[in-house]
Amino acid sequence: MSDPTDSSTRFPALRRRGFLAAAGGAAGLGALALAGCSGSGPATRDAGKDGGVPKRGGRLRAAFAGGGASETLDPHLGNLFADAARSKALFDKLADYGADLSAEPRLAERWEPNAALDRWTVTLRKAGFHDGKPVTAADVLYSYRRIADPAKAYRARASLEPIDLKASRATGARSLEFVLKRPTAEFPNIMAAFGTYIVPEGATGFDSGPVGSGPFRFVSFTPGRSTVLRRHEEYWDGAPHLDELEFVIANEESARINALLGGQVEYAHELNPATGRAHEKAGSIEIVRLPNSAMQAFAMKTDRPPFDDPRVREAFFHIAGREELVDGALSGAGEIGNDLFGKGYEYYADELPQREQDIDRARHLLKQAGAEGLKVTLDTSAVAAGFTEAAGIFRDQAARAGVTVEVRMGSKDSYWKDILDSGTLCCYRSGAMPIESHISQRLLTDSTTNATKWQDKGFDTLYQQAQSTKDKAERGALYGRMQRRLHAEGGFLVWGFGDWILGVAPSVRGVAREAPANTLDWARFDKVWLA
Amino acid sequence: MSGLRSWIARRLLLGVAQTVAVVLLVFVLTEALPGDAAVAFAGDQPDPERIAAVREAMGLDRPAHIRLGEWVGGLLHGDFGTSLASGRPVSGFLADGFGPTVLLATVTVLLLVPVGVGLGVLAARREGRFTDRLISSATLGVYAVPEFALGVLLVTVFALRLGWFPPTAVGYGTDLLAHPAALVLPVLVLLARPVCSLSRLVRAGMIDALAAPYTAHAQRYGIPGFRVRYAHALPNALAPATQQLARTVDWLLCGVVVVEALFVIPGLGTVLMNAVADRDIPVVQGLAVVFGLATVVLNLGADLVTHRLAPRSGVAA
Repeated sequence: MSDPTDSSTRFPALRRRGFLAAAGGAAGLGALALAGCSGSGPATRDAGKDGGVPKRGGRLRAAFAGGGASETLDPHLGNLFADAARSKALFDKLADYGADLSAEPRLAERWEPNAALDRWTVTLRKAGFHDGKPVTAADVLYSYRRIADPAKAYRARASLEPIDLKASRATGARSLEFVLKRPTAEFPNIMAAFGTYIVPEGATGFDSGPVGSGPFRFVSFTPGRSTVLRRHEEYWDGAPHLDELEFVIANEESARINALLGGQVEYAHELNPATGRAHEKAGSIEIVRLPNSAMQAFAMKTDRPPFDDPRVREAFFHIAGREELVDGALSGAGEIGNDLFGKGYEYYADELPQREQDIDRARHLLKQAGAEGLKVTLDTSAVAAGFTEAAGIFRDQAARAGVTVEVRMGSKDSYWKDILDSGTLCCYRSGAMPIESHISQRLLTDSTTNATKWQDKGFDTLYQQAQSTKDKAERGALYGRMQRRLHAEGGFLVWGFGDWILGVAPSVRGVAREAPANTLDWARFDKVWLA
Repeated sequence: MSGLRSWIARRLLLGVAQTVAVVLLVFVLTEALPGDAAVAFAGDQPDPERIAAVREAMGLDRPAHIRLGEWVGGLLHGDFGTSLASGRPVSGFLADGFGPTVLLATVTVLLLVPVGVGLGVLAARREGRFTDRLISSATLGVYAVPEFALGVLLVTVFALRLGWFPPTAVGYGTDLLAHPAALVLPVLVLLARPVCSLSRLVRAGMIDALAAPYTAHAQRYGIPGFRVRYAHALPNALAPATQQLARTVDWLLCGVVVVEALFVIPGLGTVLMNAVADRDIPVVQGLAVVFGLATVVLNLGADLVTHRLAPRSGVAA
């Protein structure tokens, strides 16, 4: 656990392929869930066409895009899909996201807030690490303090920001009291946040024998190539069906699908829509589509012309032909959006009418705003699938409303930083995360990745009010109000939600199909079996 | 021989200077790319505070010339430095990537030389006849196919349809020798274009040599055709081919990115691609040194062989 060479491992591999979230989030994109049945998971598990009784044994090889020779197994450093999938196999979080992105208990058995919602008592379930030691409150505090270390740049640090870790303490071997800096009704979301894995107290090195409490134990790890794991018999959620699990790295999509077709792997993560269509009916492999996985949007900077005028933003909402964008940019693998994040997730305002393309209305609004003959630059990049296509399609749609859109290609390696503060309009996408996380990370005055520069005191107040509201229905009403404002005049033109596509060999059973990207059941291998 | 020795010494010195220039250029160009390792690391979560913390931890907040100076200082002691993205030694990255790359290059060259030269000689001997036309048009056709297209085609036919070979080397790691079947398709793709260029060069050189006065002279002396062709004409025809071969080996060693990506072979090309995307300057520079030296040594070797094959052509530093 504490290989000295690992202590120098400072940063995770991060590659432009397979970013977890795209933009701003502590969440990942990509959704698939494998699995038999975790009991609490609302995801529908399709146990293959004939389902049947889970069979024990076998080795499953799963191909992911990876991070090359600088990959690490440190669960707090993970950034990529491959990192997330490996972390999930080796470690556990206190909670994780269900199919509707609501937090469900994992290592935490239950949680209870005080009346002011700023102190949460968490009780851990009886679980053990791979070395036989029990998971204790001390391990949880150690893990969270490690993530929150200001000297390190762990991705989940921002997610843990509301917790006062100095004041939080263990109240027993398996119980803790978390002290929060302010009322936080959605504290369970923090425990489920991306990368908030629990490691044993004192653990520092992870690349040569990491010990976790997850369903699989460590066997071997070669960065950028392969990770071999084997069943943890005493796993608290039931031992996995598989004997062994191997993650292999293949960065090219064509290599992943070829390896699957050629029988070299049983599971290929992240396939293109065209590949999905080509093999959907062929029958030699099974294509799994995980809906509502990747929000696709154009982000308008609301603090500068021309988008500081809400009428211009509304006009742009009406310019977008969403079906055409989904068909063209996502090859039809997705569904249309309604300018709101989180379709199908908990608290999503699906009562709002679906916005339709209305060029006349757009022209009228632009005229009112004195923005006829408007020229804007749309930033895009090959950083995510469909970005450049979406930009091209939107340029043509805008031209019909008399708006000249100039598409500007940016570097894919620095895209997310480039578009954060500069420019006025850009392509944007996001992986799955709770609607509350989307708001807190991107839409508050002090949000760290506020790409639409949506800074509104009234909106901040509504958010704080929601975080101080214990009753779920009342809180839902507040989220509804926030979403109505965003729908009417927000900066995100959310035109679609992409499916996450993966391929599995016909022998693989127990793959969940309803869980969106980055939820508990995505890339989860402990409930999968080989028929 | 002393002239040759000083020529070699001068070439080596020049080569070192060229390598230094390449490394400097690579450093400047990588620095000039938008975003640095901290930005690449932060990826889709470009929280400015986080980027600043990463930059500080990576030492990127120090001026570029100091970082370069430190790296050069380490290099003089044989230390390639530490990867920014992982904190692991760069020498490990190079060593890991080198094995598969050298293996692929070796197998490819071992097949390339006999096949390329053989086809070239055959075509030259049957100049203008059916065999020559067949070889010439086939090599021209294959040469026109880009590697990725040929790779996809070969995988589709021989791996997925016929099932003769595995479609990729995924999961085999660096131990490719234990899975020779996985090497067949990548080596075929790597061979395709070099065989064409080499055989066409040999054919042209052979035809020239066979038409040259010294060949006719040798024939008039009654030297057997076999000896005229292979002891007199062929060496002259090989001189330009040697230069081409050196370039091919250089290309094979310096990372065949497309083939590595398509067949999931973790060689130097993959290391380079990842390092550039990460803005992992120490790794990029380490690769620049290796590639620079490989190019210098190979070209020097090629010049020596050319000199040996066709002494008249002379050498120039």
